[in-house]
Amino acid sequence: MTEMSSKLILITPEILLFIGAVIVAVIGLSTHRRIRNAVPWTTVGFLVAAIVATQVVYDGSKTVTDADLLFPNLGLYLKVMVGVIAIGLVLLGIGMVDRRYEDAVRDGRAGFDPLRVVRGEYHAFLLLSIAGTMLVANANDLIWLFLAIELSSLPTYVMVALGRGTRRNKEAAIKYFFLGAMSSATFLYGFALLYGATGTLSLTGMQAVFATQAAGDGIPLFGLIGMVFAFVGLCFKITAVPMHFYAPDVYQGAPTPVTGFISFMPKVAGFTAIIMLCAAVGWSGHHIIDNAGVKVPTEGLPRPVHATLWVIAVLTMILGNIGALLQTSIKRLLAYSSISHSGYILVGVIAGTAEGIDAVFFYLVTYGVATVAVFGVLSGLQRHGREVETLDDLSGLWKRHPGMAFVLALSAFSMLGLPPLLGFWGKLDIVIAGISAGETPLVVIMMATSAVSAYYYLHLAGLPVIRKPDARTEGVEVGPSPWPRIAGMVFGIGILILPFGARKLMEQAEASTASSWLEPAETTLNTEEARPVDQTTEIPRA
Amino acid sequence: MQLWILLLLPLVTCIGVGFGGERNARAIALGGSLATLAWAVVLAMQFPHWQAAQWLYWPAPEDNAFPVLPGLGIAIELGVDSVSLLLVLLNVFLMPCCVLGSWVAIKERRREFYIWLLVLSTCVMGVFVARDVISFYTFFEASLVPGFFMLAIYGGPDRREASFKFFIYTFVGSLFMLLGLAYVAWQHAQQTGDWSFAISDLTTFAPTLSAGEQGWILLALLAGLAVKVPLFPLHTWLPLAHNQAPTAGSVNFAAVILKLGLYGLYVFVLPMVPEAVVTWGPTIAVLAVIGIVYAALICWVQTDVKKLIAYSSVSHMGFAVLGLLALNPLGLQGSVFYMLSHGFATGGLFLCIGMMYERYHTKDLREVGGLAFKMPVWSFFFIVLVFASVGLPGLNGFVSEFLCLIGTFTAVPGAQTGYPGVLGPWFAAVAATGMILGAMYLLYMTGKLCFGPLREPADHHEHEELPKDLSLREIAAVAPIAVVCLVFGIMPWPILHAVEPVAEAVLKPYPALVERHFEKMDAAAKVSLLTDTTLEGSR
Repeated sequence: MTEMSSKLILITPEILLFIGAVIVAVIGLSTHRRIRNAVPWTTVGFLVAAIVATQVVYDGSKTVTDADLLFPNLGLYLKVMVGVIAIGLVLLGIGMVDRRYEDAVRDGRAGFDPLRVVRGEYHAFLLLSIAGTMLVANANDLIWLFLAIELSSLPTYVMVALGRGTRRNKEAAIKYFFLGAMSSATFLYGFALLYGATGTLSLTGMQAVFATQAAGDGIPLFGLIGMVFAFVGLCFKITAVPMHFYAPDVYQGAPTPVTGFISFMPKVAGFTAIIMLCAAVGWSGHHIIDNAGVKVPTEGLPRPVHATLWVIAVLTMILGNIGALLQTSIKRLLAYSSISHSGYILVGVIAGTAEGIDAVFFYLVTYGVATVAVFGVLSGLQRHGREVETLDDLSGLWKRHPGMAFVLALSAFSMLGLPPLLGFWGKLDIVIAGISAGETPLVVIMMATSAVSAYYYLHLAGLPVIRKPDARTEGVEVGPSPWPRIAGMVFGIGILILPFGARKLMEQAEASTASSWLEPAETTLNTEEARPVDQTTEIPRA
Repeated sequence: MQLWILLLLPLVTCIGVGFGGERNARAIALGGSLATLAWAVVLAMQFPHWQAAQWLYWPAPEDNAFPVLPGLGIAIELGVDSVSLLLVLLNVFLMPCCVLGSWVAIKERRREFYIWLLVLSTCVMGVFVARDVISFYTFFEASLVPGFFMLAIYGGPDRREASFKFFIYTFVGSLFMLLGLAYVAWQHAQQTGDWSFAISDLTTFAPTLSAGEQGWILLALLAGLAVKVPLFPLHTWLPLAHNQAPTAGSVNFAAVILKLGLYGLYVFVLPMVPEAVVTWGPTIAVLAVIGIVYAALICWVQTDVKKLIAYSSVSHMGFAVLGLLALNPLGLQGSVFYMLSHGFATGGLFLCIGMMYERYHTKDLREVGGLAFKMPVWSFFFIVLVFASVGLPGLNGFVSEFLCLIGTFTAVPGAQTGYPGVLGPWFAAVAATGMILGAMYLLYMTGKLCFGPLREPADHHEHEELPKDLSLREIAAVAPIAVVCLVFGIMPWPILHAVEPVAEAVLKPYPALVERHFEKMDAAAKVSLLTDTTLEGSR
């Protein structure tokens, strides 16, 4: 089998999603209401097909191992995870996209005009973005990585703009687009420097070059600067400091289902890319030159990369959690909360090696499930036909919609990391990975900042139950379509039930990141093999 | 299996309450809590280690471990020793009393209230029966949620502030506790190659860590546990929460939630970080003594009865901490006994205050008083419980306070008991003033509330549902507690005997460590003396 065709086999799920995107874009224009209504379900159908195809393609055969990937099995885990959570995210949008226009057409207030419907486009873009995220898992060179990340974010720029009309929405769309373009430029520049430093675009090739460089004179400054640029650019995707500024405005301005989507999908793409870059440079086997001019081996990422990520993680956790304290708007609050979660996940990235990466991918699942649950509730509610805005709108929700208040509390407590909910296990995994990697100060900061988060998550979980309904909440009612609520409920129950399957999930995450190059790195890390090197380098100094 | 049933019984009752309708909620909750009590009594009868000569858990851990994440060695293990079984009994004993005590006080959202109450007691029992760190932490944290909602929905006028303070205070602290425990587990994995979160594994492993590491671990554990105890500078959430909570909430907070902290000290701190305990014991004891005296002085000037009793808890728990830190069996027995007797006495007092509040809608000593004439039965129970709390010989409070103080007093280097300690007569002497202050403020409160001319709030009108004095239901709620106080006071031996082997096992490494500590201090003193003299000589 040729290389091309084996690559094509691996990306069958994405190809299916591309086909799906074309089909839903076309049937979304149909003059028949019933066919237009089938668009979301067609989307779900293609997502299911993609999940099934993933299971079929990744059968552990030669095709997978030959694909020259840093993490050969990552695709299986990542694509299934993205697919399942994406189904939830699609359900959030049912009955939301195009609602006013569809109502007008149904009541005969407006004639049907294909140019004015956006339902097909919305779902087509959604599928494209999901396909892009999935493609990141298969990236074996920088070009592919760049294109995949762009494919996952470009459609979201459009999706944010779909809630057209309000000024806030326009602001969000513009901000998201321009800052997104800037971030792409930044990490593309970083990629260029990386290419300059290693002379190869292939990630596995780069890993080999970095390994020889590290064993020799060390990684050239060039490469390290490239790495830092790439990380800073990718910070936009994962809403981390210093590229987090847009998040509150964009999250608030975008339609609620889209907010749910952009708080999960680009993050997965961004973190996968960051992990791939970190994997290329490796979590061990580096050394620094100390004052005496002697090589001293260090653990973890190369110092400059480590320091950059460390600072980013700490600032992200602190700014995210402090920022969230001041918010009254739910979506802004969730934006800051999503920033802080990126900080926690970065702790896993910095911890690195098998344990840390597993923890990152497991955490992404717990975060995704909680995200769908909380945005399911928000999309399922409306106040006088508009989105619910502030925390006050949720007062007394318990009285009128106990199920929704329950799911909201579950997801808030899960994001807080309250045991025994799903989020706790994700956090525990990160904490253990962090401590095991000797990153205790970072873990202490993580604990301290997530302690701060108790305050706002408690508001989110508690206010609907504690406060009595008032005049303002009179108008709050459930939306016309039950599907967002159902998605919220299902994922909310997942928060309760999945901890029992946490073992399976973590095993899957472990299997997904299993790769040949991680094994030796791990053994040199915590056995005595590293010490002799230490001694030999110290001998000349003596 | 037996312990799983114990945990599931209240939860099943919750489902019954949820579907049973608003009217039947309290009856179902009462039935469920009585069933739990009955089952706990059955377990207590089956428990084979009451007389055991050594520290044993039942059932044996390997019989009922339920693996959650085998890769990280995380498995749910349940088991009780005599101390935790006693605390479980305290909890289930108070449950029906709480339900009876809130029978008419809770008028709105009844179902939810009883569900929160039952979930709360499940979580608390879970902490007592957990044999692995993760389950312990899970139940410890999960207990915050029902506590938070009970406080926030049914509490007094400042309930919002109280509930947030309660949740955040404890949550923040216990995050660091988790960090400390995870660190120990990681070290265990590093040295033995196997991840394990079983308390038995970690407590046998942790003492091998260096003194410095033990100090940090102690700090992390204290961050979580000292908030719950509560220890002096971290107590500020308690008066607010206890004061604002509904009656059943106050009873639960005072009687069992506070015990979580002490139980944590007993189950983690003492066996895990002995060296750090020996080094830092006096410092913690100073905080405890400050808490005893400071809170007692605050009590003296309180006019709000509920707040007064809340602060008295801070003062009383100081004695229990001293007893633990005395590092001798007498002190530890006294401390465990203190947990029980404080639970009963203070729980009962909060119930009584709740009954008074339902009639007068005030807890202010200036507005209400002289109730002995109008409510003799209530006054009788109230005075019995106050005496139990004061530590009148013949009631339970006396035994526990006395043992804690004796333990502290004899905790000196070279003690005759074979258990040298790091505290000593000074700690006991200062703490004893807390006992005297306790008698003063509690009797002062009783005098105002029960005796003297009858005083009732100006806008007071008779409560249509409630008789003048206690109804049979209310007597049923508070009488068993008073009886237990009396029985414990007259016959403390069965419990003390049951705790003795446990105490000896926990304290086994301590005499040697304390000796070594003093030797080291002596050596250091000599060195400093030597350097002093040489310095003077050179001068």
